[in-house]
Amino acid sequence: MASLKELKDRIKSVKSTQKITKAKQMVAAAKLRKAQAAAEAARPYAERLAGVMGSLASKVSGDSAPLLLRGTGSNQRHLLVVVNTDKGLCGGLNANIVKEAKKQARKLIAEGKDVTFYLVGKKGRAPIKRDYASKIEHHYDTSDMRNPDFEEAEKIADDLVARFEKGEFDIAHLVYPVFKSALAQDPTTVQLLPVPAPEDTPASDAAVEYEPDEEEILEDLLPRYIKTQLFGALLEREASEQGASMTAMDNATRNAGELIDKLTIQYNRSRQAAITTELIEIIAGAEAL
Amino acid sequence: MALHFELVTPSKLVRSEDVHMVVVPGAEGEFGVLEGHAPFMSTVRDGTVQVYKTEGAAPENIEVRGGFAEVGDKGLTVLAEHVED
Repeated sequence: MASLKELKDRIKSVKSTQKITKAKQMVAAAKLRKAQAAAEAARPYAERLAGVMGSLASKVSGDSAPLLLRGTGSNQRHLLVVVNTDKGLCGGLNANIVKEAKKQARKLIAEGKDVTFYLVGKKGRAPIKRDYASKIEHHYDTSDMRNPDFEEAEKIADDLVARFEKGEFDIAHLVYPVFKSALAQDPTTVQLLPVPAPEDTPASDAAVEYEPDEEEILEDLLPRYIKTQLFGALLEREASEQGASMTAMDNATRNAGELIDKLTIQYNRSRQAAITTELIEIIAGAEAL
Repeated sequence: MALHFELVTPSKLVRSEDVHMVVVPGAEGEFGVLEGHAPFMSTVRDGTVQVYKTEGAAPENIEVRGGFAEVGDKGLTVLAEHVED
């Protein structure tokens, strides 16, 4: 049986933990709204660009297509670009992303492919290093970025495209969380490079004039498309992080409340027991006289 | 009649309005877009997009960097990576 003082200290410590989780929950809720708005604001650009890409890519095909669309022609070396968060306290979000990345890696390795990792964000580093220490190609640090901005996505995309053009890998996949709601964030894998040909291209019968020609426009457009995709992934990551954090901290706050109630009952019981014992001692003493 | 003009950046929809004419700094020279322009697609060099709200009015200048313009049935859409207001 813990002493009264110990119990009292324990209650105090749980209470201060609860204060922290409560504050973090409220901060996450406020940030979530902002992150969601940012993700929504970015959608028109991505949609337009995807539409234009689709109609152009269907016109330019075969050997004249740019490298980013055509690919290296090989299917051996795969790069997994894994987007994790930089901060913890967001429940199982990072664990889920890493799980998805490892699943993809296992699948590709089972098919006899070479797999390397390109990590974005801090929290994926340790768990992936544990299993695939030798396969981590590069770690991109985003921890000093407060809000996802396009320049950051640009830098990552430029780096990836440069590596692709040097022939360091054949196919790149992007693993990132898709924000569904504060309760659900699904880790998703999409092919990043070479840019997958869009499946349903809207048949455009209008004679569109291009300046400069289709190929040059496409060449200009493809890196931009990759940047947009990475930017989208960063925005989704931000929203997912805040959503997951809000849910996790809400749970933590509730658990702390339950623990405090339990400890308070225990504390009161022991206090009463102590008083009863004292009384018995006094009465026994008085009777002995 | 007016031309529907949209200016979009990765972070937000900057403009979506009906205007008289827009002059876009295309990669191969500036071009003006009026209502009913034929379908057209061009890359945009860094420069100034001039928006004429009404005929003869003083243009509003918007600096864009890294972009792309598309003229379709729905009007003119400029996708720019950066816009300086």
